[in-house]
Amino acid sequence: FTKRKLDDEALEELEELLITADLGVATAARVTKHLAKTRFGQDVTSDEIKATLAEEITRILGPVARPLAIDPARKPHVVLVVGVNGSGKTTTIGKMAKTYKDAGLNVTLAAGDTFRAAAVEQLKVWGERTNCPVIARETGADAAGLAYDAVEQSRARGDDLLFIDTAGRLQNKADLMAELAKLVRSIKKVDETAPHDVLLVLDATVGQNAHSQVEIFKDMVAVSGLVLTKLDGTARGGVLVALAEKFGLPVHAIGVGEKVEDLRPFEADAFARSLVGME
Amino acid sequence: MFESLSSRLGKVFEKLTGRGALSEADVTEALREVRVALLEADVALSVVKEFIGRVKARAVGQEVIKSVTPGQMVVKIVHDELIATLGTKGTELNLSAVPPVVILMVGLQGSGKTTTSAKIALKLKKEKKKVLLASLDVYRPAAQQQLQILAGQAEVGSLPIVMGEMPVAISRRAVDVGRKEGYDVVILDTAGRLHIDQELMAEVAAVRDATQPTETLLVTDAMTGQDAVTLAREFNEKVGVTGIVLTRIDGDARGGAALSMRAITGRPIKFLGAGEKLDALEVFHPDRIAGRILGM
Ligand SMILES: Nc1nc2c(ncn2[C@@H]2O[C@H](COP(=O)(O)OP(=O)(O)OP(=O)(O)O)[C@@H](O)[C@H]2O)c(=O)[nH]1
Ligand SMILES: Nc1nc2c(ncn2[C@@H]2O[C@H](COP(=O)(O)OP(=O)(O)OP(=O)(O)O)[C@@H](O)[C@H]2O)c(=O)[nH]1
Ligand SMILES: [K+]
Ligand SMILES: [Mg+2]
Ligand SMILES: [Mg+2]
Repeated sequence: FTKRKLDDEALEELEELLITADLGVATAARVTKHLAKTRFGQDVTSDEIKATLAEEITRILGPVARPLAIDPARKPHVVLVVGVNGSGKTTTIGKMAKTYKDAGLNVTLAAGDTFRAAAVEQLKVWGERTNCPVIARETGADAAGLAYDAVEQSRARGDDLLFIDTAGRLQNKADLMAELAKLVRSIKKVDETAPHDVLLVLDATVGQNAHSQVEIFKDMVAVSGLVLTKLDGTARGGVLVALAEKFGLPVHAIGVGEKVEDLRPFEADAFARSLVGME
Repeated sequence: MFESLSSRLGKVFEKLTGRGALSEADVTEALREVRVALLEADVALSVVKEFIGRVKARAVGQEVIKSVTPGQMVVKIVHDELIATLGTKGTELNLSAVPPVVILMVGLQGSGKTTTSAKIALKLKKEKKKVLLASLDVYRPAAQQQLQILAGQAEVGSLPIVMGEMPVAISRRAVDVGRKEGYDVVILDTAGRLHIDQELMAEVAAVRDATQPTETLLVTDAMTGQDAVTLAREFNEKVGVTGIVLTRIDGDARGGAALSMRAITGRPIKFLGAGEKLDALEVFHPDRIAGRILGM
């Protein structure tokens, strides 16, 4: 490998590499600056540089790489899944159901998207695929009421884990966000400690709007963790680095396809390496 | 976090009010702010660079008229150039072909294809066209059912679902039914796919070859980040796109992807999706999107 001096021009190229991975201008500049502090003017290969960049990003992401912790004492541990339209909520529930079912837990799904056409049917297919019962009402029913029933039924059955799907909603829609808050209040009427986790599902193709998504969903329904989907495409989801710095929310898992087995733990190092274009 | 371009440039030019012509140095400094503003709005980097080059050429040497500040001047040049790049408003659907005219909907997973298919069907129905909706999505759970329900809501035709039938065969049957039953337009909704999924991209190309669509619309989420260039280029090269639909414009995303995709494909943005309901389809207005990208 040919060595090259880490000068301003080289740094600019690196900053641009990070920008094209959606880190955002400010975060890309900060990460590159950090690199400049330690290596400026040195002769380095491009592999060395990428490795150092990846290390710095891993340092930021390491603390948020935390799997979902299901408490077996709760019967059920209630996981509410939220996010903007089409981000991958329903599919992620299907994949997670499989993971925990395979681990020997009793898992139930609740079809809390009573709005979108065939959303209930979609979750029912995931229920069949994973052998998990699905609690549902007809489309158009009150989602908060459904959620209440679901927690009650799941508790009566002594389930270990209950996933509640919700309709996709854009975070700037105050009425829809208020509905989600109402759904949470209605869950709490059955179990005031629930939901025990609130997962915000983000699509890896998203750009800087992810900031607003996390901020508002977090305010409205106390998001406890993130899942990043669609990482099997060419989008690298770099906005996660900025989100980790700003909010420190755990990233529990990533989606890498549409099939039931396409869920992976979030690994800071692998993610960082892919962001900077290593392997 | 986002500061509108006007206020950014206001700061840059604070000391310069009332000068004669914009010098190269003034412009260069201002364009640094423009670059940041566009990147924060998710315009793809390669598109930003090219765009900045054009703005610079237009801005250097411009006489600053008395009534405006140099900052306002640059904002206007950027705004005008954005509108020019985004293209003229209201490019209607091309329906000039022997009926049934085929519209093929393509895009990444979850971008809004199925919903947009039904929205376009409703719009055409209101224009007195007889429309048939057909789902070629045999992969996503309940996808065909979703479109069937939406067709019912829009009160347009819906191709009966035949379990086990594959996409190319469905598309042929759709055109066939369209011809026999006197439909004006057949809209083919496809499964979401990644542009790097060779098998599925070949499948949609085969559908195109079998049905000869007059319009192939690439449906993309307004929240899309830097990946917009890659997906637009790949879909355009592998399937051939005639127009773009930008969905979820009812959100608070700045929508820079619109500029990226337009610049990369050269194809017009035909519609904006502005909600989940079937009447939430708008014709494209470049000035609206330009203002949005600039945070104005
Ligand atoms: N390639 C890929 N596709 C995914 C992934 N996760 C979900 N999808 C696809 O994305 C599309 C949307 O997924 P859903 O699970 O329906 O998304 P949602 O958030 O429930 O959508 P709404 O309920 O309509 O808001 C579907 O076509 C899924 O198959 C992933 O990790 N990779
Ligand atoms: N707010 C808003 N939501 C939209 C818009 N267009 C579609 N949606 C929602 O986005 C989600 C996904 O829409 P679909 O039409 O199912 O997307 P798709 O591209 O067909 O998804 P796949 O078939 O899984 O690839 C649904 O929740 C829709 O209601 C829009 O313009 N605004
Ligand atoms: K999306
Ligand atoms: Mg869903
Ligand atoms: Mg669809």
